[in-house]
Amino acid sequence: MIRRLFVILLLLGLAGVFSALLAGYSPDDALNLTARYYADQTAEDLGAANIVTAIIVTYRGLDTLGEVTVLFLTAAIVGLVLAQSRRKADAPKRALPHSGELLITGTRLLVPLILLLGVYVFVNGHLTPGGGFQGGAILASALLLVLLTDPLLRVGHRLISLVESTAGLVFVGIGVLGILLAGGFLDNRILPIGELGSLFSAGAIPIIYSFVGLKVGAEFCSMLANLSETEDL
Amino acid sequence: MAYIALVTGFVLILTGLYGVLSNRNILRMIVAFTVANTGVNLVMVAVGYLHGRTAPILNESVPVEQAAARIIDPVPQALVLTAIVIGVGVTALMLAYAYRLYQTKGTLDISKYTELKW
Repeated sequence: MIRRLFVILLLLGLAGVFSALLAGYSPDDALNLTARYYADQTAEDLGAANIVTAIIVTYRGLDTLGEVTVLFLTAAIVGLVLAQSRRKADAPKRALPHSGELLITGTRLLVPLILLLGVYVFVNGHLTPGGGFQGGAILASALLLVLLTDPLLRVGHRLISLVESTAGLVFVGIGVLGILLAGGFLDNRILPIGELGSLFSAGAIPIIYSFVGLKVGAEFCSMLANLSETEDL
Repeated sequence: MAYIALVTGFVLILTGLYGVLSNRNILRMIVAFTVANTGVNLVMVAVGYLHGRTAPILNESVPVEQAAARIIDPVPQALVLTAIVIGVGVTALMLAYAYRLYQTKGTLDISKYTELKW
């Protein structure tokens, strides 16, 4: 009882802080200096129509590399933590109820379409809302659907780690090419910038973002596979 | 409009924290953390919103010359994109740890885990 009182007191205090923030908040009517720079310079410097993508892949590309590394670490730790409890390949399989006609047929119909959508989202990341992270998550959702249909399915970890490490190496390799051929690490101008708004534009951004998409997809897939392969208790 | 999103975000943060602090079940706490995470993301996006402007994507309706006057702040959006992905990673990690904890003790009740209590 005392504990719940403390919780409510704490939350009330926090709500007070939030309402003070809210009372003092006045919406801007113009972009601040950083945002204005990005708005004015992105099209000219990088040729990317989607400014958010330009920020993520080029202006703050190093941060994205760090983010992908964090995701990789997460996937590795999930694998490590769950490694001991992984279901043995020859263990007697528990009989599961049939997944149902709707789910099976739906999976067969939807998985290719989901994969296609994921690829579309990350290939067009520099033009439309979307990009590598979103596309990668969509790719992984296809695996989730497959695992829902067949929970005992063993996913090929070798393929996943191959895709992941190749994509990571290409990402860093393109970044190093930026040092050699253009202005600095992860500079996208190693390829012609092209016409704003066309698919082959914005230099290396679509290539980098596609590999980020593959890498993120592979990492999410490996997390899903590790979580699904644990023994049922 | 920005106020609606801000208030919703703050309410989500508070709801999530209440769930984390008042639940005993580890899985429920993880879900509550994701709710709070969503609230933080919503607040960050709402701060970057400017009234009457559109998404930071250049096309026919947002020509390059007028971009600075027509788009909302792209920086919080890039931040939140990062935060969402990291949030997924954190949730997966918490779930994996929860599974291991369940294996060692056979329970998900946080009050049964007293090793670090003093």
